[in-house]
Amino acid sequence: MNEMNEVRKPPVATTGIIGWFRINLFFNWTNSLITLFVIYCLYQFIPWILDWTIFSADFKYNYLGEQITNQEMCSRNLDPENGGACWAVIYVRFYQFIYGFYPKVEVWRVNIAYAMLALALLPLLYAKLPYRKYFLYFTYIFPVIAYFLLNGGLGFTEVSTNKWGGLLVTLVLGCTGIALAFPIGIMLALGRRSKLPVISMMCTLFIEFIRGVPLITLLFFGMVMLPLFLPEGIDMDGLVRVLVAVTLFQSAYMAEVIRGGLQAIPPGQYEAAKSLGMSYWRMNLLIILPQAIRISIPPIVNTSIGLFKDTTLVIIVGILDLLGIGRGTLADTNWLGLSYEIYFFVSLVFFIFTFGMSRYSLYLEKKLKTGINMGAD
Amino acid sequence: MKKLLSIFAVVAFAFSAHAGTLDDVKNRGFLKCGVTTGLAGFAAPDDSGEWAGLDADMCRAVAVAVFGDRSKVEFITTTGKSRFPTLASGEVDMLARNTTWTISRDVNLGFEFVGVNFYDGQGFMVPSALGVSSATELDGATVCIQTGTTTELNLADFFRLNGISYEALPIETNDEGKENLFAGRCDVYTTDASGLSSTRAAASNPDKWVVLPEIISKEPLGPLVRHGDHQWGDVVRWSLNAMIIAEELGITSENVDAQTSSNVPEVLRLLGVEGNYGEMLELSNDWAYQIIKQIGNYSESYEANVGPDTPLEIARGLNALWTQGGILYAPPFR
Repeated sequence: MNEMNEVRKPPVATTGIIGWFRINLFFNWTNSLITLFVIYCLYQFIPWILDWTIFSADFKYNYLGEQITNQEMCSRNLDPENGGACWAVIYVRFYQFIYGFYPKVEVWRVNIAYAMLALALLPLLYAKLPYRKYFLYFTYIFPVIAYFLLNGGLGFTEVSTNKWGGLLVTLVLGCTGIALAFPIGIMLALGRRSKLPVISMMCTLFIEFIRGVPLITLLFFGMVMLPLFLPEGIDMDGLVRVLVAVTLFQSAYMAEVIRGGLQAIPPGQYEAAKSLGMSYWRMNLLIILPQAIRISIPPIVNTSIGLFKDTTLVIIVGILDLLGIGRGTLADTNWLGLSYEIYFFVSLVFFIFTFGMSRYSLYLEKKLKTGINMGAD
Repeated sequence: MKKLLSIFAVVAFAFSAHAGTLDDVKNRGFLKCGVTTGLAGFAAPDDSGEWAGLDADMCRAVAVAVFGDRSKVEFITTTGKSRFPTLASGEVDMLARNTTWTISRDVNLGFEFVGVNFYDGQGFMVPSALGVSSATELDGATVCIQTGTTTELNLADFFRLNGISYEALPIETNDEGKENLFAGRCDVYTTDASGLSSTRAAASNPDKWVVLPEIISKEPLGPLVRHGDHQWGDVVRWSLNAMIIAEELGITSENVDAQTSSNVPEVLRLLGVEGNYGEMLELSNDWAYQIIKQIGNYSESYEANVGPDTPLEIARGLNALWTQGGILYAPPFR
């Protein structure tokens, strides 16, 4: 009888803040040890990085209150005991980082193009946008507008691509590469799975060739050999040549990613579509591709992020993208030795874009519920 | 790779062999000049996006000679790998890209080096705390060295010749070499002397580092053009020579106007007051006057970009005039 009345201890909390900590951070002793170790590392690292990037850093003025115009005036160079990062170099060079050598009087055109890019992406990113259909029309014609806006023509003064640089080049390469590679990649993926031997062989050859060589080789190919194939007198712009190389590279990878998605679709889906009398294109457009692309979202975003970062390789062929401008700045005798600041800034900009892309893919996956197994099983 | 490059060069040349480059440049209205993507003191964009440096001045001098206007030039950035195909394909009219003049580049690649605007050479930098005053005392040192370059071979030769040993710490980029040296992972950093100077200038305390006196290789850097267009080669060659001769004759951008009434015949010839040297080059007769007026003489360009008063602090050394202990020498202007 006594046993029944014995007071039981309350159960270990599994809800609330303490419960969360217990489950996630201190579940067992190895877990607790790792948690403590990570906390110790963060404790060592975070104050230092905050101090370096913000509290002790120079933004525009050094600790004497002078406006910084070269590296000798940075607090950390005037007095090594005092001062963290010297962000003045980013402040002074901000224009170059964002627009390259684009003429100052024409820079409003780039600003409008940036704003229009955001507007064009909006209906793609947000499906519940009111009047989305009209926004989408704008998205389709945006590349044409952007071309004339940035390059010139139609009454705008021409600005040769040689003057483009910084984030402008990075975004042009990244966006064009990703946007063009997507449809080309789908065609290649379908082509590779085609039952017509010529088409499938050509697509396979193309994909394997492009995937078999590094991007740098393709960039060189675009820069050096492409002009030799063109008829005399036709002068292909350097940036266009690089764009061709980047697009070819990306579409080969995209094709393989989408082919992976296509192969995951159960044969029953094809058979069902065919039994309804659908043509090859209707079947692919309405039944197969929507499912295949849906399950391919993570690898599609993965290769897109990869491409976005790979665009920094264009410095090899002498085009100054965001990283190239950073390196050029480091070569200015006024700013020698500020490599930490410049590389930190460049990586931060890249991080913002790539992290945004990866968050967007997570949102898409959640929305489309790609985790749910589909098809006839 | 080199053979492949030269094939490209030949093919590209066959495609682009048409009217003279000088006419092309004049018709286009501006000069296309190949420079580096950024090398301290030689060519780098300044805060306003203008290219500045010794090589950039070379480009501007040619633009001034042709157009009388220092802004009539478009800088095309090239890397060590892309510079030769870019020049061969006619995408640029000339290169001024700290390029070493070697026989294979001059002959096999089909280019013509028109002169030398900077005599460089491989050197050594050590911490001053090491107390070393000559590279021959570096027995057993750890050396930071860029792999796959001629500097690596030069280094091996030098140490073998002096019967001393070293341990190599391979690095990829100049930045990496800098970090390794500053962190004490190597005792010595070796690369071209101009590169050492910019590395030293980037240190938080440049006095803690010394560049040793030994220079173990010849690296004459100069502008180059395509083979076979001698008229254009002459324009570039004499744009450089005009700057050197101007220094020899004591003509600067400040006193050039006063010098037009000088009584020294060569000054009058150079400034176009006498003779018709401009016509011979198919340029205006005051082309050299304009170069000196708008760019300055060689010494002015040197002092402004790499000289002792800049953070690079490169002494004139070999780059002084032949009359002042250097080897800078231009043929006479007559």
